[in-house]
Amino acid sequence: MEPGYQFPTQTYVVTRADLNRYCGASLDFNPIHWSDRIASKAGLPGVIAHGMYTMALAGRALTTWAGDPAAVLDFNVRFTRPVLVPDDEAGAEVTISGSVRSVADDGSAQIDITAVSAGEKVLGQARATIRVGRVGDPGR
Amino acid sequence: MPLNLSYAGRALAPTAPYRVGREKIREFAEAIGADDAAYHDPAAARALGHPDVIAPPTFPVLITMPVSKIITDDPELGMDYLRIVHGDQRFAYVRPVRAGDELICRSTVEKVSSRAGLDSVTIRLEIEAAGGEPVVTVWSRLVARADDAQAED
Repeated sequence: MEPGYQFPTQTYVVTRADLNRYCGASLDFNPIHWSDRIASKAGLPGVIAHGMYTMALAGRALTTWAGDPAAVLDFNVRFTRPVLVPDDEAGAEVTISGSVRSVADDGSAQIDITAVSAGEKVLGQARATIRVGRVGDPGR
Repeated sequence: MPLNLSYAGRALAPTAPYRVGREKIREFAEAIGADDAAYHDPAAARALGHPDVIAPPTFPVLITMPVSKIITDDPELGMDYLRIVHGDQRFAYVRPVRAGDELICRSTVEKVSSRAGLDSVTIRLEIEAAGGEPVVTVWSRLVARADDAQAED
């Protein structure tokens, strides 16, 4: 793995049903994630995904790229725009792409992440350090 | 209600232990669509060298969000909690969270700022397993439009 390497882009679909399920699993029941009425009152065009749901999708991309569910050592994002999730079967699409910024002596790689939904970047300053090629070693 | 900039440096008492359960990890992993065997199957996790199933990287929000809410809801901080949105989030891991962990959370308000009509608070949350073993440090920055920026209400 070398600086500049581009990982295969991952595309995820987010529906209202997914958000309801995430409310229950994360215990984050903020109504802007399930009520259009309350989302409108908060000045939003409609129900939006939890920022942490979008971050979780980026986390899935990282572990997929690393081939190791325990690969993530450091993971940072800024929530720049909401992911609007319409009340239909198609939902919203979030695409996560990533490239290698640098590789440290210990083999860990710093990854720049881009997350896009409806043509807009939804995460900023999204960066992670992942362990590569050490599947089976749970230590750091 | 102006933001109390002197709130920076405050710390909460450590939380009561959160017992990480296999089924909660599985439920969380399914909710984010993560089907990695190590999140679901103890044998698969053990084959990768983990003592039990491990949790996806963002799982610790289950522990940190309620703590952050105590801070942002504190009237002494003076943040308009009805307008709060998530600004930034970071996880710095020592090792993955795993089933069987008894995790406590120590939180400190690292930074409080009010700039350009935005109030912002950065909270550092240190998650430790039994015996004080560090597992992951989490930073959450929460932002809210300041009172004087309420144009539409």
